Amino acid sequence: MTDIRYLAPQTLDEAVGAFAAAQGAARILAGGTDLLVQMRAGTVKPGLIVDIKKIAEMTEIAEAPDGGFRIGAAVPGATLAEHRGFGKAWPGVLEAINLIGSKQVQGRASPGGNLCNGSPAGDSVPAMIAANAMVTVQGPEGRRTMPVEAVPAGPGRTNLKPGEIVVSFTLPPRAPGSSDAYLRMIPRTEMDIAVVGLGVSLTLQGGVVTAARVGLGAVAPTVLLVEDAAKALVGSRLDDAALEAAAAACRAACNPINDKRGTIAYRTKVAGVLLKRTVAIAAARAGGN
Amino acid sequence: MAKTHISTSINGEPVEFLADPGSSLLDVLRNTLGLTGTKEGCGTGDCGACSVTVDGRLVCSCLVLAVEAEGHEIGTIEGMAQGETLHPLQRKFLEMAALQCGICTPGVLISARALLEKNPNPTETEVRFGLAGNLCRCTGYDKIVRAVLETAAEMRETV
Amino acid sequence: MNVINDKLRVEDNKWIGTRTVRPDGADKVTGRATYAADNTMPGMIWGKVLRSPHAHARIRSIDTSKAEALPGVKAVVTAKDIVDFPLETSVMLGIQDMRWMCRNVMAREKALFHGHPVAAVAAINEEVAAAACALIAVDYEVLPHVIEIEDAIKPDAPILHDFAKFEGKPSNIAGTMTAKLGDVEVGFAEADIIVERTFRTRPIHQGYIEPQACTVSYSADGRATIWSSSQGQFMVRAMTSLLTGVPQSNIRAIPAEIGGGFGAKTIIYLEPVALLLSKKSGRPVKMVMTREEVMRATGPTSGSFSTVKIGAKKDGTFVAAKGDFYIQAGCLPGGPLRGPVGCSFAPYDIPNVLSVGYDVVSNRSKVAAYRAPGAPLGAYAAECVVDEIAEKLGMDRLELRLKNTAGPGTKAAYGATFGKVTFEETIEAIQNHEHYKAPLDRNPRPGVKRGRGVASGFWYNAGGESSAQVNITEDGNVVVTTGHPDVGGSRASIANVAAELLGVDHSRVSVLIGDTASIGYSNLTGGSRVTFASAMVVTQSAEKVIGQLKERAAKIWKIDPEAVNWDNGEATPAGPNAGQFPPLTLADLAAKATETGGPIGAGVQLNTTGADPGFATHVVDVEVDVDLGIVRVLRYTAAQDVGRALHPSYVEGQIQGGVVQGIGWALSEEYLYDKQGRLDNAGFLDYRMPVCSDVPMIEAVMLEIPNPKHPQGVRGVGEAPIVPPLAAISNAVYDALGKRFYALPMSPPKVLERLDEV
Repeated sequence: MTDIRYLAPQTLDEAVGAFAAAQGAARILAGGTDLLVQMRAGTVKPGLIVDIKKIAEMTEIAEAPDGGFRIGAAVPGATLAEHRGFGKAWPGVLEAINLIGSKQVQGRASPGGNLCNGSPAGDSVPAMIAANAMVTVQGPEGRRTMPVEAVPAGPGRTNLKPGEIVVSFTLPPRAPGSSDAYLRMIPRTEMDIAVVGLGVSLTLQGGVVTAARVGLGAVAPTVLLVEDAAKALVGSRLDDAALEAAAAACRAACNPINDKRGTIAYRTKVAGVLLKRTVAIAAARAGGN
Repeated sequence: MAKTHISTSINGEPVEFLADPGSSLLDVLRNTLGLTGTKEGCGTGDCGACSVTVDGRLVCSCLVLAVEAEGHEIGTIEGMAQGETLHPLQRKFLEMAALQCGICTPGVLISARALLEKNPNPTETEVRFGLAGNLCRCTGYDKIVRAVLETAAEMRETV
Repeated sequence: MNVINDKLRVEDNKWIGTRTVRPDGADKVTGRATYAADNTMPGMIWGKVLRSPHAHARIRSIDTSKAEALPGVKAVVTAKDIVDFPLETSVMLGIQDMRWMCRNVMAREKALFHGHPVAAVAAINEEVAAAACALIAVDYEVLPHVIEIEDAIKPDAPILHDFAKFEGKPSNIAGTMTAKLGDVEVGFAEADIIVERTFRTRPIHQGYIEPQACTVSYSADGRATIWSSSQGQFMVRAMTSLLTGVPQSNIRAIPAEIGGGFGAKTIIYLEPVALLLSKKSGRPVKMVMTREEVMRATGPTSGSFSTVKIGAKKDGTFVAAKGDFYIQAGCLPGGPLRGPVGCSFAPYDIPNVLSVGYDVVSNRSKVAAYRAPGAPLGAYAAECVVDEIAEKLGMDRLELRLKNTAGPGTKAAYGATFGKVTFEETIEAIQNHEHYKAPLDRNPRPGVKRGRGVASGFWYNAGGESSAQVNITEDGNVVVTTGHPDVGGSRASIANVAAELLGVDHSRVSVLIGDTASIGYSNLTGGSRVTFASAMVVTQSAEKVIGQLKERAAKIWKIDPEAVNWDNGEATPAGPNAGQFPPLTLADLAAKATETGGPIGAGVQLNTTGADPGFATHVVDVEVDVDLGIVRVLRYTAAQDVGRALHPSYVEGQIQGGVVQGIGWALSEEYLYDKQGRLDNAGFLDYRMPVCSDVPMIEAVMLEIPNPKHPQGVRGVGEAPIVPPLAAISNAVYDALGKRFYALPMSPPKVLERLDEV
């Protein structure tokens, strides 16, 4: 039996200090919706649990004067949904975060946890990548910032350095004519892990796509930024040929596995289907902006 | 194992307990505090039988550490009725036979209350998605959804 | 006695047929109802099971010494503590063979599936018990394993049991069952059209939300008390007695509220183990399964591999039907062959039938009953073939069924000759229903197709042993005790019956479930029998009580008991004495009970008969997302002959619940194994039972055609509703896509794969 210690520090420095000192025996607790399941299954046996929810920066949602957002890593999806402005600027990111689990899970689960869990199927990650979100992390060597897509390293693994904690996500200000969307394929209507998840962020000017990003999840060891899909969309009027080229790029980016949640063939085909559907939603939203 | 002393509030009453840092809130509610109305169906957040509120927010108590309860307000099924007066949802569930075996019922009621607090006039679809985290194997959900919709209508009239 | 027939007059009923609040309701909505895992005892310790990590392995030895030496460990149990039932001699308890049950509760010679119990520990808390389990050294000789039916019946398959022989050779086919009528070869020779198809289904878990749990206290005088949730406290007592050697008279089994069973809790896993741990430790022992243990190691129902062939004349008359049903038993014999073999063709009048079931063992957890055990598998195959015949003959799907319905005097292949048959009524109810008549928008949006399907189903229903006691309390109220755990509202139905018969307000009737020491033997809550059987024994008990009440009134009035009427909860003088005395109420008579002859109350114990079979016909609309392969149920209507609905809400509830379980079976639920023979989805997340947002409202059309063999006309309703959905949904998907599916679940990858086939 492992003796578990629990810390709920008020400051980030304290959290980083304790987390780093534990040398890998510690786990960060945000919403706990993955951690407690892993502890119960015995796959994770932490000696120290560092609860970061008492650190103000971790639970803040801040709207910058330029229209960008900074979201604390431990903000639960349900709280984000109640923010006045966030869902208007980033409806796709919001819907992705709020597809993580049930209403109960949304009361706890956070984008920071979803990213650090390292699952290729994490719902918020493709949407964050599409949004060009940057992650701020803090470790024993101080702060650094990196794009979301640089964090996942493989199933259950991240590129964070020992002792580093995800602090927040920064989403850029939105140009006029911009919006985003996220769709996932699950067998049921709720309570499933994405078989494929796809986030799209678009900027349209006069019906022409001027900027696009596509994040694709559950089809490879890490969530992917599909640059070829974005290239196929940019400059187009989202005509069938451009959409098919982008869908083909998504299919080509797939490197999935056969598992209990889906087959290689299925995931690959669905990636293309979701690209078209997600783009349609994002474009409709962007057009309405 | 060193236990941690926790002061919290459950259903409006101050409660203190000792908990292992690794114990879930569900374990403490059921096994330490004897509040067995909150049920365990899976222990992994997939069935909703252990639904409670923390500061009014709906959560699965199996996914909350007991030590996290420090300083927060916990709401369980035991606090849903006021004395002898059932909550309108509880009453309507009885009138409309929205339970069979009843094991999921406490969790469903807690979820439904959270849903109606946020959305007093939900559509059937909103009720269905609002309760998607609560598995029921007996009823096929039909009478549960109807009871929640009826309660919402009744509560809107009486407000 | 005329009380019975009077109560068939529906229009006079005050309580029967009304939607009263269930007697156990308030406790269930306030969290006070005590389920199996909610019980605690002073001095209680916790038991934990060590389970096999291998799908198939010989157990060479088990060393428990390190576990026993761990501080806090109070007892360890292995198979040598469980009563052994040698393979040579069958010892049956109901339909369960104790040779298999003793090996299911604790692996004996071999571990037969990943999760098979190998040992159990009781310790001061769950953590110590788990740590002790990890210290038990089991020396396994890992053996090749086999999971799927088609692999298990191959000639070179790893054989699970040396004793099982098929056609003289060692085999994983542990038994067969045949139902035969006429000569199918002759029948098929007469047919103008023959359709033969092969179908596959996966094992399905019952998915009750309450994991198995119990607390057992074994006292120094050799007496044991068991608190557990089950579908039969008498089964718990008998099976625990057989497996532990403690006589039944020394075991008191107290039924906790049960959090769903659907058949699965007609057998036990923990109780004998907990009893032995309690005996060894001298402490009460509590054991609670995790969800993972439930999924891994309790019985799901069988997967199947079936071939059904039906021959018909040009006019649609069925002339022959043949079914070969390979049914998964799990690791030990005893799959539900009776379901597919007997039920598949039973709705129809077919002169030549040959139905053969094969009981196939493989390295999976032993199956347990699940709602109409096995019948959905057979109906899936048969009703899909019927659909195809209708299409090929250009006949309406329901008209073809109507043309072939069994009727009075029809002999079913399983042996029964039907009396009144109410299958036609269910078909006509669907034909006349607005749902069936409503136009269907087949292509509502690009990429979306809709279809409509129908299917029918049959279930035997059951009677059997039941006991009841009806007592009048000293203050003139009513306490009814029965011996059946209430899984879905049976107390509510019984309260209606008792209030009706005794003529008292519903609020004055309490209905309780007795433990094994407080009520006579009552068979399982299963087979759609409880409301049927318990209403029967409660009726007879209530009649006896009314007889006593009349006698007491007669004594007080000094008149002949025959000259007393019992109406509206009062005794009134009748005949020549009418109007001579003021009425005596239940309270009046109760108050004078001591001087008029003592306590008022009566019990009846009976082997009930007359539970005629149930029929159902369903219609369903589905929508298919053809780019993602997702099938959603848009609308569902289920018509069923329910006899008399004592409490309509709980009858509808049975139908609605059974249908949604069928939807899960058809579309999303399945057991998935990895290459090592380990269950890969042992949890709710990846097992995928329908959630609230997956399904529509389920319209239950209750056809109240009284069963003439029952005092209130009751017919069993719980199981028939899960029989048609598999085929109905499959037929609807065909209607939408023009492609037939021959395997379940029709999960998105499989649907898309089929759509992509050229």
